[in-house]
Amino acid sequence: MALPRVLVLRCPGTNCDTETKFAFTKLGAPTDLVHLYYLQKDPQLLHKYQILVLPGGFSYGDDVAAGKILANQLITYLGDELKFFRDQEKLILGICNGFQTLLKTGLLLQNDVEDGPLATLAPNQSGKFEARWVNLRVVNQKSPFLTKIDQLYLPVAHGEGNFICRKEWILRGLKQTSQIALQYVDSDGRAPLYPGNPNGSQEDIAGICDITGRVFGLMPHPERHILPTQNPHWTRLGLKNEGDGLAIFRNAVDFFRKD
Amino acid sequence: MIWEVELQPLGRDSSREKICDEFDLITKSTRGGDQIISSSHGYLLRGALTPHTINVLVNQLLLDPLLEKATVRPIHSSVEKESSKESSKESSEESWNQLQSTNGNVSHNHFSSSDLITESKSQEKISQNYYFNVLLKPGVMDPVAQSIIAAAKDLKIEISDVRTFRRYYYSPEMKERDRQIWVNKILANDAIEQIIDRPIREQDWSNIKPYSFQKIVVPLRELNDTQLIECSQKGFLALNLEEMRVIQQHYQKLERDPSDIELETIAQTWSEHCSHKTLKGAIDYEEIIDGKSKREYINNLLKATIFQATVQIRQELGAEDWCVSVFADNAGIIRFTEEYDLAFKVETHNHPSAIEPYGGANTGLGGVIRDILGTGLGARPIANTDVFCFASPEFPDEQIPAGVLQPRRIIQGVVAGVRDYGNRIGIPTVNGAVIFDDRYLANPLVFCGTAGLLPVHHAQKSPEPGDRIIVLGGRTGRDGIHGATFSSLELNDTSEQLSGGAVQIGNAITEKKIADVILRARDLKLFTAITDCGAGGFSSAIGELSAELGAEVQLAQALLKYEGLNYTEIWISEAQERMVLSVPLDKVGQLRQLCEQENVEVIDLGYFTNSKLLNLYYGPEQIGEIDLKFLHDGRPAIVRQARYESPQKSNNHDQSLTLPEPSTILLDLLRCPSIASKEWIIRQYDHEVQGGSVLKPLVGKHEDGPSDAAVLMPILGRSEGVILGNGINPRYSDFDPGAMAALAIDEAIRNTVATGANPQRIAILDNFCWGNVQDPLVLGSLVRAAKACHDVAIAYGTPFISGKDSLNNEFRSATQRISIPGTLLISAIAPIPDVTKIVSMDLKEPENLIFIAGNTKNELAGSHYDLVTKLYHDEIPQVDLKSAPRIFQAIYQSIQKGLIRSCHDLSEGGLAVAIAEMAFAGDIGVDMTHLSKLPGSDLHNDHIRLFSESPTRFLLEVAPSHAAEIEKIFADLPLAKIGHTTKEPRLRIAGSDGQWLIWVSLSELKSNWQKLFPW
Repeated sequence: MALPRVLVLRCPGTNCDTETKFAFTKLGAPTDLVHLYYLQKDPQLLHKYQILVLPGGFSYGDDVAAGKILANQLITYLGDELKFFRDQEKLILGICNGFQTLLKTGLLLQNDVEDGPLATLAPNQSGKFEARWVNLRVVNQKSPFLTKIDQLYLPVAHGEGNFICRKEWILRGLKQTSQIALQYVDSDGRAPLYPGNPNGSQEDIAGICDITGRVFGLMPHPERHILPTQNPHWTRLGLKNEGDGLAIFRNAVDFFRKD
Repeated sequence: MIWEVELQPLGRDSSREKICDEFDLITKSTRGGDQIISSSHGYLLRGALTPHTINVLVNQLLLDPLLEKATVRPIHSSVEKESSKESSKESSEESWNQLQSTNGNVSHNHFSSSDLITESKSQEKISQNYYFNVLLKPGVMDPVAQSIIAAAKDLKIEISDVRTFRRYYYSPEMKERDRQIWVNKILANDAIEQIIDRPIREQDWSNIKPYSFQKIVVPLRELNDTQLIECSQKGFLALNLEEMRVIQQHYQKLERDPSDIELETIAQTWSEHCSHKTLKGAIDYEEIIDGKSKREYINNLLKATIFQATVQIRQELGAEDWCVSVFADNAGIIRFTEEYDLAFKVETHNHPSAIEPYGGANTGLGGVIRDILGTGLGARPIANTDVFCFASPEFPDEQIPAGVLQPRRIIQGVVAGVRDYGNRIGIPTVNGAVIFDDRYLANPLVFCGTAGLLPVHHAQKSPEPGDRIIVLGGRTGRDGIHGATFSSLELNDTSEQLSGGAVQIGNAITEKKIADVILRARDLKLFTAITDCGAGGFSSAIGELSAELGAEVQLAQALLKYEGLNYTEIWISEAQERMVLSVPLDKVGQLRQLCEQENVEVIDLGYFTNSKLLNLYYGPEQIGEIDLKFLHDGRPAIVRQARYESPQKSNNHDQSLTLPEPSTILLDLLRCPSIASKEWIIRQYDHEVQGGSVLKPLVGKHEDGPSDAAVLMPILGRSEGVILGNGINPRYSDFDPGAMAALAIDEAIRNTVATGANPQRIAILDNFCWGNVQDPLVLGSLVRAAKACHDVAIAYGTPFISGKDSLNNEFRSATQRISIPGTLLISAIAPIPDVTKIVSMDLKEPENLIFIAGNTKNELAGSHYDLVTKLYHDEIPQVDLKSAPRIFQAIYQSIQKGLIRSCHDLSEGGLAVAIAEMAFAGDIGVDMTHLSKLPGSDLHNDHIRLFSESPTRFLLEVAPSHAAEIEKIFADLPLAKIGHTTKEPRLRIAGSDGQWLIWVSLSELKSNWQKLFPW
């Protein structure tokens, strides 16, 4: 396969769709912004694509809880298609609100039949929406999105990014299955204090993947660090070749190129 | 049937913590935590719900079982049950059991566990009757409720109505006096919320009566003068006697009386808010400077000053004119690239923010974003700016007049309102300022601005006769009725009650959806004109679009939020998130399809005609026929008196106080509210969304230094950029509003030039916020400011492209009158060809040279130095219209040539504050050893050198190898080498006598700067 086709899903309140498309387009991957309306009418449309992205934003205004209403719609109207998509060795990426949504659909961590969801993204411990840049460490490269990446410098902008597991054993399980993909670190790469960990997440978790690695969700915004001028330090340190976030999108595109 | 779903936090109860802190702050006590035991929130759901469906709703939609526990109760209508606490409780238990038994395991699993329910029951036993419910008043927009109805539909569950609530359990020991504080000051805002301090009943759900049509005619022709005034006041029309008389004569000529809707339409259109009648009216102006009087009759102040400057600048530019549309549309438009123009507009939303800060600021931003969407054929919003003026957060509570909210509450509400709207709609908030002065106590100022990207050749719009009048977006409700006329009046201690209807709450997601539709429809060429529904609602939007044509409007077509609105309410409602488009008949279908895809409601309200009449119908009945010429040109010109007298100079102030050390003054300045870090606000705003951020509001090594301006790359991957900056300093108004205006313009330009703007390509906006302009002295100060705007704009070659005024910012009660200082905000927008040439303000490396550009003078009046030392000077800073443009040009050249490592403009706090900010932002020290070389005049002492706020000055960090070239560029301009950067993290400034005047570590400087508003 040459280049994968990318579907960036839109719905009321989506707002990081164009910069996400910009990242993929920069790498040459044909990218469509598709409104949920079309997928709802024709779920088969999904199968024309190899990469599905749930971009950032405030789907349905975060009413009730961040990502909740969109997650419900995805389960109701596209539940089977999404599972089929994942099982076909395609890639699903959820950024910020997209991560919150993916988690609530159960696509990242399957809900327990008896006890419901295993984990949630709770309101930030600071009690506030925060926009700031964070240092990140790639914990393991299980997810194809993170191949050959060790560290990243990306912005976060959210009010509900505090990753909490229902029980301690769930967290241990995630570690054992290498599903903890991305952690907040301080500028020296060590476990950070606030605001290095901007939301109080357990184990400084910034992103997780599903058991296959092909479904990946993260709170930071890689699509906001594609160009060197987006780096807050470029006026001090000079312009680099590209922004750190581009590597994640390149990995996604290359995953299909290799095949 | 109504069900109540209550959700209580399982872990930290942060909303309880927040209100308890607020209580403790207000009462200066620590009792808050003892009085409010816990908090919860929840939903009242009305519809044919069964225990099963309610269970599905709770499990699949409403509850996050990791964070909350749910309790579900049916709400009864029967009064007997309500009157007995026991029976009410029994019945809720009964239904609860029913719910359990019907759904057995399912509900068991998902509502956490059964012991939780027991726990909640036992808690109810303690506190069941000791709680406050806070609900939005009926008719106030509740976006969450709308979302839940839609989401339930996804789950195949029909809910007819939802209300959200917050609940606070309190201790039975609460004293009545404290209870009053909770109820009146903390838990709710009376303008939009109600408190019910007992279990909620079905009767609390007000049933709105359906509307039955009745045409109302106002017998205007027979009224005498007293009755005319009474008619205006009773109808909340805000029209004066002369205007009422003109309307009366008009209808006498027509030989009929007006209907209520006709009168309302005229009142909305003629309001100060919509017609700017003072600034566009005639002014009889007298200026007395040092005893010498000069009289002038000004026909139209805006035309004679602000517009005139732009006309002259554009003429001088000739073929090089880069303005596209000025003072003609919702926003000013200038050229940007070959494919795109830029639109820019700043609005105020002061009155609503005084009454309901969150909703006021929220809808203020929503409104200016719609202005941009409605500019030309629709521009794409790329950035927001916000500037606020507040009283001190530490203003003593006991001195706050009745009907006025505490500044702290206003500040928090306004910041949250801007945050929630901007973040949700996905437009970065990149630039702003916050000014503190206690005269903003009752009239806080909230300026919201938006810049947009408009494809070239899209600046003109013209509806055609026959085009349909199409409304996109939110439904019409009773919210915001009389906003335009309300905001044209003074506030007083009863405004809070009177203006309930004037308060609006926004829904950013609705607006985002509309924006998505409009930009797609624009590119498909589906409409011929567009404007937003702002003040005056449909009446203003359709009235404006049809001004040259005519229109037939069918108001019964409007989609309503709830029943019961009469035709006039529909016509003038300022319900948010609505845009009016003129759509050729053959494009309507395509537009409807697009709206369906994007989940946007669309209505067809009628069509444009050629009749020059505005014909209004409600069903088959004609309810109004308004002559558009009379509507737009019939308003009698008002003549106002204005007088300005320069203040007497008294040179015998007692300056013999022992002055504190310069380093103490510097630290005091850094803690000044207007200078101190605004990080706690900026971090809550998403300034990265859309990916265009090139220079962020917080810069430097630790991303916490104060950037002079924001730089954006609106077309990702292209080198062209946009710089946004602003200037505001109302303190100078007290000395000379003319000099103040000049300084505001200079500051806005300085900010943009310091980052790399071309001074010949900066456009500016004016926002005048003044007191009661019926007072000739207040209006006189405004005239003086406007005249200065004219002179400075021309001298700098900086055209005004749009503006706005908000007058009558005065508070009046029986005992006091508080007028705001004359406040002029200048907002600057500057396109640049290459973003990689810009510089930031943080120092970069040790061993670089520090230069100062511009003259420092002995002009300390109005300075922050005077504010913190309590000294008083007479001479306020003056801009030098000859040298300033040349200094700006030299800075621009030096930045373009890559000679400058960092650049910061000098403003509040002067040289000392500017160098401190550069140093701690970069974490690089400074030794300033050549203070005596400072260019300027009358520099009698080092305090003047350090703290004077003379305009048009910059600090530059320059590598030693570039020093000669900079000096060459500044050959005949004021420039001096005054120090160098060091790796030691401290700021040292030596006085003219060679002694160290200031020796402070960077961490101490920064911690003082960050102390007042910690993040």
